Amino acid sequence: MATPSGPPGEPRRIAWLYLLPAFLVYAAFLLYPLGRAVQISFYDWNGNTLATWAGLSNYADVVTDPALRASFGHALVLMLFYAVLPTVIGLGLAAILNRAKVRGLAFFRTVVFLPQVVAMVVIAVAWRRMYAPDGTVNDLLGAIGLDSLTRGWLGDYTAALPAVGFIGTWFEIGLVTVLLLAGMGRIPGELYEAARLDGAGPFREFFAVTLPSVRGEISVALTLTVIAALRTFDLVYVTTRGGPGTSTSVPSFEVYNRAFQQGRVGSAAAIAVVLTLIIFAISFGITRIAERDDR
Amino acid sequence: MRVSRAERTGNYVILIAFAVFALTPILTVLGAALGPDDAAGGVTSGGVLGLHPGNFGQAWDIGHFGSYLRTSLLVSTTVVVVSLVLSILAGYALGTMRFRGATVVFYLFLLGIMMPSEAVLVPLYYDLRALGLTDTVWAVVLPQVAQSVAFGTFWMRAYFRSSSRALVEAARLDGASTWRILWQVLVPLARPAVVTLTVLVFMWTWNEFLIPLVMVTSENLRTAPLGLAFFQGQYTQGFTLLAAGACIVATPVVLLYVFLQRHFIAGMLEGAVRE
Repeated sequence: MATPSGPPGEPRRIAWLYLLPAFLVYAAFLLYPLGRAVQISFYDWNGNTLATWAGLSNYADVVTDPALRASFGHALVLMLFYAVLPTVIGLGLAAILNRAKVRGLAFFRTVVFLPQVVAMVVIAVAWRRMYAPDGTVNDLLGAIGLDSLTRGWLGDYTAALPAVGFIGTWFEIGLVTVLLLAGMGRIPGELYEAARLDGAGPFREFFAVTLPSVRGEISVALTLTVIAALRTFDLVYVTTRGGPGTSTSVPSFEVYNRAFQQGRVGSAAAIAVVLTLIIFAISFGITRIAERDDR
Repeated sequence: MRVSRAERTGNYVILIAFAVFALTPILTVLGAALGPDDAAGGVTSGGVLGLHPGNFGQAWDIGHFGSYLRTSLLVSTTVVVVSLVLSILAGYALGTMRFRGATVVFYLFLLGIMMPSEAVLVPLYYDLRALGLTDTVWAVVLPQVAQSVAFGTFWMRAYFRSSSRALVEAARLDGASTWRILWQVLVPLARPAVVTLTVLVFMWTWNEFLIPLVMVTSENLRTAPLGLAFFQGQYTQGFTLLAAGACIVATPVVLLYVFLQRHFIAGMLEGAVRE
């Protein structure tokens, strides 16, 4: 057996002993079930009686079933609210804060990051209250004379999905801003001085210096938030249960619903596998980018 | 950087506006929890300086939060301790030892970090049910240990790789076994990385919703977030006690965050970048 080169006496085979406990738990509770999910996705199964072979029909459903297509469409809308909006807002916010070193920045960081550590169920309870017919959002709209816009946000067919999405915007802004602030803090001051000597104003400075320097952070922020949008479950489960109608159903919710409520386990597994593949693809993209930046 | 006075003032306005935006929903809940009980028709009794901390006691009793918190504490502690030990061992192997297959194993663990729980929960539930293991604390703990071990191995590997090779080799020349090198040389130095991993795993486990929702049906095994979701569905007399319950569920992690926020922020950002 050819062993890799290294200093003599370096431990090698004992490494497996150290790896074993972690690997066993990991393989039994993540790897093996993932394989099982793939297997189940090829069957029609209600969870109790015998499963029947279904071939690729569960996967075909992901593309053809209008309810499923709609749920992936909703996930796309959520991406706008979870990823695009927070990144745009976070970029502006971080750039402004990075220009002038104001006092209280540390406190600000602590506050805007706070939503990240609060359980999503608690956040959902809070926002249900905010969106209630007599809640804070309607009070605010009334206060600025926009009474015509007030409504029961989460019970409204057209407003419910953007309302849920906006919770994501609120939730992710802090993460994105703190991530971008850290990236901008690493930009050497000479770059800005050079830009100023060339007569660049704040906007040119932003597009010529700041934006190109935080490309890596932007892609990390987008990846994290896009995945968060795809994985939305707790929030939908507690705020709307996919309703009204199916106007806020998302893929993760469909997985849960089909596997544990409707007894369509094969279909649920197929959705889960598709979801996993999308997430792997996005995550793999980010790893490549991060590695390239390291070199 | 030098900027004008007007810009500086503008910055403070923006800073405050976003801080208020971030805090509004949280303070709404806190305010409601401390206000007069709206289910009691706004009758103000037992208030202290206009606040009503008694709501927490009432929510605690009516919502059974004592039981939920106990389960959450048991689940979180078990997941943290077990996954910490397993991650340190595996991270040590992957970070300091060279052996065939190390890269493959590393990428396998990496896969686990990205894997959404939705994907594995469907088969896991039915397989565990066949074994009679659903509705036990193990069905909640073990999948979360697996997830945490995936991240933890990755996290500790990165730390051990950056730790001093010279130190390890010196200890080995002194005749220390790999086991002693790990626990007496490396782990004491790794304290910051271990603390970060601990708070992250604790937060993820405490806040986890889907796994207990799927795995558990009996009430005394409900974790705090799950209990809160059920409480919300059942208690419709008003918002005060629900808000109090929400505060009870959020408090442990928020308290930890107040004291160890650097670990939270650094861990979530670095962990993310390295993913």
